[in-house]
Amino acid sequence: MFRSNVLVCGGTGCTSSNSEQIIEKLNEEIKAQGLDKEVNVIRTGCFGLCALGPIMVVYPEGAFYSRVTPEDVPEIVSEHLLKGRIVTRLLYQETVVDENTTKSLNETTFYAKQMRIALRNCGVINPEVIDEYIAQDGYAALGKVLTEMTPQQVIDTMLASGLRGRGGAGFPTGLKWKFAAANQADQKYACCNADEGDPGAFMDRSVLEGDPHSVLEAMAIAGYAIGASQGYIYIRAEYPIAVKRLQIAIDQAREYGLLGKNIFDSGFDFDIDIRLGAGAFVCGEETALMTSIEGKRGEPRVRPPFPALKGLFGKPTVLNNVETYANIPQIILKGADWFKSIGTEKSPGTKVFALGGKITNTGLVEVPMGTTLREVVEDIGGGVPGGHTFKAAQTGGPSGGCIPASLIDTPIDYDNLIAIGSMMGSGGLIVMDETTCMVDIAKFFLEFTVDESCGKCTPCRVGTKRLLEILDKITSGKGTLEDIDKLEELCYYIKENSLCGLGQTAPNPVLSTLKYFRDEYVAHVTEHRCPAGACKALTNFHIEAEKCKGCTLCARNCPVGAISGKVKEPHVIDTSKCIKCGVCMEKCKFQAVVKK
Amino acid sequence: MKSLAELQAIRDKARAAVNIRENAEAETRVLVGMATCGIAAGARPVLNAFVEEVNKRGLRDTMVTQTGCIGICQYEPVVEIITPGKEKVTYVKMTAEKAVRVVNDHLVNGNVVTEYTIGANAIGAK
Repeated sequence: MFRSNVLVCGGTGCTSSNSEQIIEKLNEEIKAQGLDKEVNVIRTGCFGLCALGPIMVVYPEGAFYSRVTPEDVPEIVSEHLLKGRIVTRLLYQETVVDENTTKSLNETTFYAKQMRIALRNCGVINPEVIDEYIAQDGYAALGKVLTEMTPQQVIDTMLASGLRGRGGAGFPTGLKWKFAAANQADQKYACCNADEGDPGAFMDRSVLEGDPHSVLEAMAIAGYAIGASQGYIYIRAEYPIAVKRLQIAIDQAREYGLLGKNIFDSGFDFDIDIRLGAGAFVCGEETALMTSIEGKRGEPRVRPPFPALKGLFGKPTVLNNVETYANIPQIILKGADWFKSIGTEKSPGTKVFALGGKITNTGLVEVPMGTTLREVVEDIGGGVPGGHTFKAAQTGGPSGGCIPASLIDTPIDYDNLIAIGSMMGSGGLIVMDETTCMVDIAKFFLEFTVDESCGKCTPCRVGTKRLLEILDKITSGKGTLEDIDKLEELCYYIKENSLCGLGQTAPNPVLSTLKYFRDEYVAHVTEHRCPAGACKALTNFHIEAEKCKGCTLCARNCPVGAISGKVKEPHVIDTSKCIKCGVCMEKCKFQAVVKK
Repeated sequence: MKSLAELQAIRDKARAAVNIRENAEAETRVLVGMATCGIAAGARPVLNAFVEEVNKRGLRDTMVTQTGCIGICQYEPVVEIITPGKEKVTYVKMTAEKAVRVVNDHLVNGNVVTEYTIGANAIGAK
C-alpha cells in the first residue's frame, strides 16, 4: 500500500520538456531514501496546463508542482516525500494562498470553469495500467451494454443524448449508428478516426495518451450497437506515444477478455487493430481514411454511398472521432438526460480545445458547450500575454475561420460558430493579437492546404494554388483591388466544386478574414502597408533620431551590419541592407526603432 | 471477462491504488510529524500503519499525510487528527500498534483514545 502517489505528466508536451528524466530521477532518489515501498511514481496523460510543464502532482496532499526540472527532484523527495514539507517555490503559484495554505486545483481560474468528460481520466490514471481505468468505472459501460441493453437501446440512448461528432462536422453520432445498424451485411466495421491533422490541435492525441481504454471501450459499444465484430483505429505515425499506449491498452484489454471472443459471456465478439497513417491531412476525411486502411493511396471518393452503407472494404462502417468515443462510456453510465443537461440545447456536452498562439495558458481545456470565447481566452487561458490586445481567435484550423474581437462574447457551439463564418473543427483554438496580420494568417493556412491537397479533383488542386498566389501577391504589396474580388470569387468556386471536405472548407480562412478584416486586405493593396507590421515586404525599420541616444546596441547586434552611426549620435538603418529581422527593435532600450 | 461481478472485483481491488488521488479534499486529516525528530523517533512505521489501516477499513474520507515539526520533539512520534467542527486531537509517542487502535477507535467509532493523547502524557498530568 503506497502512502503517496506522485503523478508526472507523460503527455507529448511535458515529455519534450524532460518529464521522462524527471521520472527516472524520482525513482532513483526515492530508492536512495528507502521510500520505494511507500511512494508510487505514475506517468499519466496530459493535465492540460502545458504552458507550465513539466507538471507533477503529489497526493494525498494534491500539491501541484509546475515547471519542474530534474534538478528539483532531490529537493522534492527529501523535503516533501520524506519530511512532508511541500516545496512552495515549485507550486503552481495560483494554488498558493499564503505561506501555509494552498487551494485546490479545481479552484484555480484555469480549472474552475472547465468540465472534464472526455478528459476525465487524463492526468488522473496511469494509461498503461488497465486496472486503474477499471478503478474509474472503466469497462462498466461495456458491461452494462452487453448484459442489460439491446443494440437498439444503445442507439436510442445515443440519439437521445444528442451527442454530435467532435471531429468537426458535428453530425449526430446516434444517427450515424442507426444508419449503419439498419444496413445488413456479413461484416461491419466500427472505426476510430485518430488522424488529427489540424496545425495546433492536440486534443485527440491527449485523450489517446492519457486514457486510451475509454476509446477502446466505446468502440466495442459502437460495434455492439451496429453489429460489427472488428474495429480499426487509424492514427498517424507522428504520434508515437499515443500509438505505443494504444497498443499496450489493446493487449491488456485482450488479456482481460474485454476485447476478443464472447465478451462478458454475451456471445459478442469484437477486436481492434491499429492502422498507422503517414500523416496526410486528407486522410482525416472519412472516405480517404478508409481507402488508406484498405492499403490504397489515401484519396477521397464521392459520397453517397455513405460509409454507413458502403464503407471500409465496401461494408457498412461507422467512423467516429477519438473525442466523440471518449464521451460515450460516460453517456451509457450516467444516461442521456445527464448528458443533455450539459452544454446547449443543440450542442449538448462539452468540447475539448487546444489553446495555442498568443495566450498565457497554452494547453488543453474542456468546457461545456455554450461557454463564451471570452471565458475561454480571458479566464481559462489567462488572456493575451505581453501587454498585447486580443485581435481574433482562429478555430477549426485550415477548415475554419477567424472570430474577431467584436464577437468574443459568442457562446461556442456548432451552430453559432458556423453562423459567424467559422466552424468548430476538431478543436484547435489559436489566439492572435494585434501583431498578427490576418492576410498572413490566411496565407499560412492556404500554404498548408496546398501542400496537403491530394490532387484528385481540380478545384482543390489548382484552385488553392491560385488562391495562395494571389495572397502572396497581396502580402508582397503587388496586389490590386481587383485581386481581392478575384480571390473572393475563387473561394466560392472552390467551396462549391471540390470533391471532399478538404477542398470545400479550404477557402474558409480567406473568406472569414475577408469578412471581418477586409480593411487589412485593402491596406496591403492600396497603401502598400501591413497594419500589423507582420508582412516583411511591406515593413521598413526606422530609427527615430530624437529618441536615439547613440548607445550603439542596435548596430552591434544587427546581423547584416545595416545600422551605422557614431557613438552618442543618432543611428541610421540602411534599408537596402536590412533583412527586417527585428533584432534592433528588440534590443533598443529607448523604443527608438519603429516599424513603418 | 465473463461477468460484471468479475469486473467489479477487479475494480474494488484497483480502487485502493487510486483513492489516494481523490481525497486531497478529505474531511478528516491525519497528520504525522515527519521532521528529523519524528523520523528519528520512529514516525515512518506509524505513518505506514495509518495508511494500511485506513485503507483496510475503507475510510474514503480520511487523508493520511505528513507534516513537519510541531515543536514538542520529546513526545515524537506525534500524530494530529483534524476533523472539521471538532477539536484537534494530538496523539504522542505513537507506535504502529497504537496507530491501529487509533484508526479503529477514533476514526471508525469516534472515540478518542484518551490515554495516547498529549493531555494524558504531558509532564505533570500524572
